[in-house]
Amino acid sequence: MTMNAKFNTVVASITLRAVFGRKRAILFAIPPLILLLVTLLLKAARPPGAPWPGRILGDFGFSVILPLTALIIGTSVLGAEIDDGSIVHLLATPVRRSSVILTKFCVGAVLTMAFVAVPELVAGLIATSGASKLALGLFVGALVGSVIYNAVFVMLSVLTTRAIAVGLLYVLIWETVLGNFVSGARVLSVEQYSLGVANAIAHDKALNAGLTLTTALIMGVIVTIAALVYATRRLSEFSLKGDAV
Amino acid sequence: MSSIELQNVSRWYGNVVAVNDITMSIGPGVTGLLGPNGAGKSTVLHLIAGFLAPSRGKLTVGGVPSWRNPDIYRTVGLVPERDSVYAFLTGEEFVRSTASLHQLADPPAAARRAIAIADMAQAQDRKISTYSKGMRQRIKVAAALVHDPQVLLLDEPFNGMDPRQRLHMMDLLTKLGAEGRTILLSSHILEEVEQLADTIQVIVSGRLAASGDFRAIRRLMTSRPHVFLVRSSDDRRLGSALIGRPAVTGIELTRGGLQVQAADFGAFSRELAGLARDQDIRLRELLPEDESLESVFAYLVES
Repeated sequence: MTMNAKFNTVVASITLRAVFGRKRAILFAIPPLILLLVTLLLKAARPPGAPWPGRILGDFGFSVILPLTALIIGTSVLGAEIDDGSIVHLLATPVRRSSVILTKFCVGAVLTMAFVAVPELVAGLIATSGASKLALGLFVGALVGSVIYNAVFVMLSVLTTRAIAVGLLYVLIWETVLGNFVSGARVLSVEQYSLGVANAIAHDKALNAGLTLTTALIMGVIVTIAALVYATRRLSEFSLKGDAV
Repeated sequence: MSSIELQNVSRWYGNVVAVNDITMSIGPGVTGLLGPNGAGKSTVLHLIAGFLAPSRGKLTVGGVPSWRNPDIYRTVGLVPERDSVYAFLTGEEFVRSTASLHQLADPPAAARRAIAIADMAQAQDRKISTYSKGMRQRIKVAAALVHDPQVLLLDEPFNGMDPRQRLHMMDLLTKLGAEGRTILLSSHILEEVEQLADTIQVIVSGRLAASGDFRAIRRLMTSRPHVFLVRSSDDRRLGSALIGRPAVTGIELTRGGLQVQAADFGAFSRELAGLARDQDIRLRELLPEDESLESVFAYLVES
């Protein structure tokens, strides 16, 4: 991402209208609804002795709910425009490609925060029956995760037209399986960055955080910047297929 | 500076060559990029518009390379062929947001002006999703014109337009060309380009087959060998009379009539009627057999 990247309000407003104009927008609400429903059910059932808030809201929330919502949103803000070709109208203007990526990324990150980080906070408050370090930790961890996941999924939208399929494989294979069971892979897992941040506030063993705050933050910043820079580079080389001979 | 220069430009995809060693220079006025479907017109247009990197050669618009150079869109307007616009916006919102993306001083005023030029004022407050194909095409033209570009690139601009819209678009492009802008439009329909373009670039199989003044190329097209199917009251007698004429190079008597190969289209068409009258033969039908654009282009490539 070059130094002259600026947030573009026109791009942001078109993006928002495009995102909420599609039926896919309904999907944004499904994962957080599941999270809240599971929380309410567990709260009512009160499983004996199990530290379920940390496990469910942290582990399940950050490895399934957060990446899936970020995937649907992150690929909606740019991927859908690339798929239907309308991106050409945006790219046939002098707007910096870095500004396009930055704006799309910001819109995606903020939407993910609204659809995941806020429900995580609410679920945390319900689970712990009021203000708690765990609820705050989950909220901040989810904010950080929203940022990093969106950078990755916006990049994926520029790299492939099958961003959702590739993103789904990445979430299911890398984040849920490898990130949890292969300790070396933790340093390359966005879920672990989010859990590292959450645990630094909540200090809850049930979160199963494998990284320290410093490692989580440094790696999070590196992954976010690298993804956005690469996405900008690839968008600058956006090509239209001509007529094959 | 509004000229488009291509020097030995090629573009290939793996082993497939889409554009092969094209050199051309396009200046102010209307230029038609003509060729059959799949000939490489869109590829050339995408290369010029900065939406495709040349595999080889040099390409500049206004003296600067268009690839990876968004600044060229300050002077270039593009009307893509694909019918994909932000359908959830109204026509006015679409053109105005394009003006804002160009960072124009007064986007609403620029949008009003461009919409008026494209004759879309009446439908500007309707969502683009309710537009006909021709209206979408015109709102795309309005968006491409909103920043008053010196170069306008249009990929098959007449697709989906009814005759009235087509005429209006032709008038508009002629006017823009007369103002000294460089207008480049692609089309696979000879007549569209003929009515509009001062010069044409004919592309066949990725190569530049002919280039220059339209009338000269048209003459080349009409004086090429033609094949006709003639049906008359006595095909055999007409055939034997025709074979003695220098304009005719071959005749075949078929069940459907006489298949005549003429070396000179003009001379043959002038002589046929007189000959039939002299022989007291009634002409029932005269059909050109190879008038497909592909055969015309194939001839141009060979010549």
